[in-house]
Amino acid sequence: MSILVIAEHDNNVIKTSTLNTVAAASQLGDDVTLLVAGYHCESAAKSGAEIVGVDKVLHVEAAYYEHALAEELTALVVACCEGASHILAPGGTFGKNLLPRVAALLDVGMVSDIIEIESEDTFVRPIYAGNAMARVKSNDPVKVISVRATGFDAAASEGGQAGIEVINPAPPVGLASFVSREGAESERPELTSAKVVISGGRGFGSGENFKLLENIADKLGAAIGASRAAVDAGYVLNDYQVGQTGKIIAPDLYIAVGISGAIQHLAGMKESKVIVAINKDEEAPIFEVADYGLVADLFQALPTLSEALDKLD
Amino acid sequence: MKILIPIKRVIDFNVRIRVKKDGSGVETANVKMSMNPFCEIAVEEAVRIKEAGKAEEIIAVAIGGRQCQDILRTALAMGADRAILIETDVEVQPLAIAKLLKATIEKESPGLAILGKQAIDGDNNQTGQMLSALLGWSQAAFASNIEFTDTGLEVTREVDGGLETIAIKLPAVVTTDLRLNEPRYVKLPNIMKARKKPLDVMTPQELGVDVAPSIDVLDIAEPPARAAGVKVADVNELVDKLRNEAKVI
Repeated sequence: MSILVIAEHDNNVIKTSTLNTVAAASQLGDDVTLLVAGYHCESAAKSGAEIVGVDKVLHVEAAYYEHALAEELTALVVACCEGASHILAPGGTFGKNLLPRVAALLDVGMVSDIIEIESEDTFVRPIYAGNAMARVKSNDPVKVISVRATGFDAAASEGGQAGIEVINPAPPVGLASFVSREGAESERPELTSAKVVISGGRGFGSGENFKLLENIADKLGAAIGASRAAVDAGYVLNDYQVGQTGKIIAPDLYIAVGISGAIQHLAGMKESKVIVAINKDEEAPIFEVADYGLVADLFQALPTLSEALDKLD
Repeated sequence: MKILIPIKRVIDFNVRIRVKKDGSGVETANVKMSMNPFCEIAVEEAVRIKEAGKAEEIIAVAIGGRQCQDILRTALAMGADRAILIETDVEVQPLAIAKLLKATIEKESPGLAILGKQAIDGDNNQTGQMLSALLGWSQAAFASNIEFTDTGLEVTREVDGGLETIAIKLPAVVTTDLRLNEPRYVKLPNIMKARKKPLDVMTPQELGVDVAPSIDVLDIAEPPARAAGVKVADVNELVDKLRNEAKVI
């Protein structure tokens, strides 16, 4: 087995989803190569070499890799994957954008969003928004796989001592160019890797009221999430969305406030270890998956919760 | 310019799916089927582009059994001009779908293909990107806004970190995210009109594409159920349980 993992990074820091992907790769075999392609991304390549389970880092520099454009990265992956039995990438928008393109050019199928590895060719993946689990066997000579981060515990980010090999970029493709990026800068932990997440839904009634969540998130060191309804209503930006078409997360503690629990939302959070639901409608479907349910008006419950957290030592 | 909109027929998104007891799949008998929601957004976007005078013809394509004619008629009622059904009883996987669409595109020469970012049954999120690669076209996946420029398109994409805007050349493949638009309701007169619009039927053999799957589905199972939880009386009990029972705060 020779496994190529495509690192997701911002040219500076390796994203935690890459650690989960390396963990999955290590289940497949010992020979794991991490491809770090970017622009001025030496520090990302160095941190890549420290991930436990990585044997070799391929470091590639080119201005046209700075923003991970799918056309450019695909050409590179196809050029440097010779001999690989498996090609893996994190299953977020980065991997989803890139890997199908790679698979198509290699003329092989792709297995999306695996959560379990049974053998070198057999995997488990959720379908129908996680309402069914498919066990699939790939008969392709190269297995192209995206990895759902919640299915695999992250590999240790320090302790590895892989060698770094600098390789040449592939010729530029030039079909697409980056224009701009708009994202919420936040002091809080990243939604997909936070141990605690507190999410709000339509019950908040306005973006202003989300401040009630921020206060509690600060006390718990939590990331903030939202239901699709809250995003569609414009209370928060789209990158807060937890659910089938948003982020799929599995924190130790998930607190859903004013969220009814549509199937699409549950698909994004039901693997969380402990789920708390606060909702004034006791019939809300969210209570069916909650370990602890509190039937209460959020505008009363949240200030009380904030005070109760202050009293904890 | 022509726009191609490949669409898929899936179990309606409001239906709570049932896994078959024998693990062979998901129950589809007597279950309401509809156009995949992301595909509806693709159709709507194509119609809006045509209404804005930037495209002359919209061709809807579906791959599957004879029943797929119903979603093609829906696309025609929404504003597509003609439809193609690539008829097969094989459960075609994304790579083969992309090859069938590539063959169709080589015959029809559209300047743009708009697809849903994923189908809500398989949740693969592959076909658009694969099609783009096979054609050597540019791609903009998970679009929440599309603008025409002098040199091509400027597309805003929903990515994990927020929103990213890229400029791409035409021809291109764009896949739709939820917030790109809200599909229109189809009016009755348009449904009547759609019946008269052309719908051609082809086969994978005619397009020269082998649709045999390369990935076997061994079985399909219910996800593990969560044990029922408890209701707490008030915030203090909640905090107490979280601290002393679950030990998560």
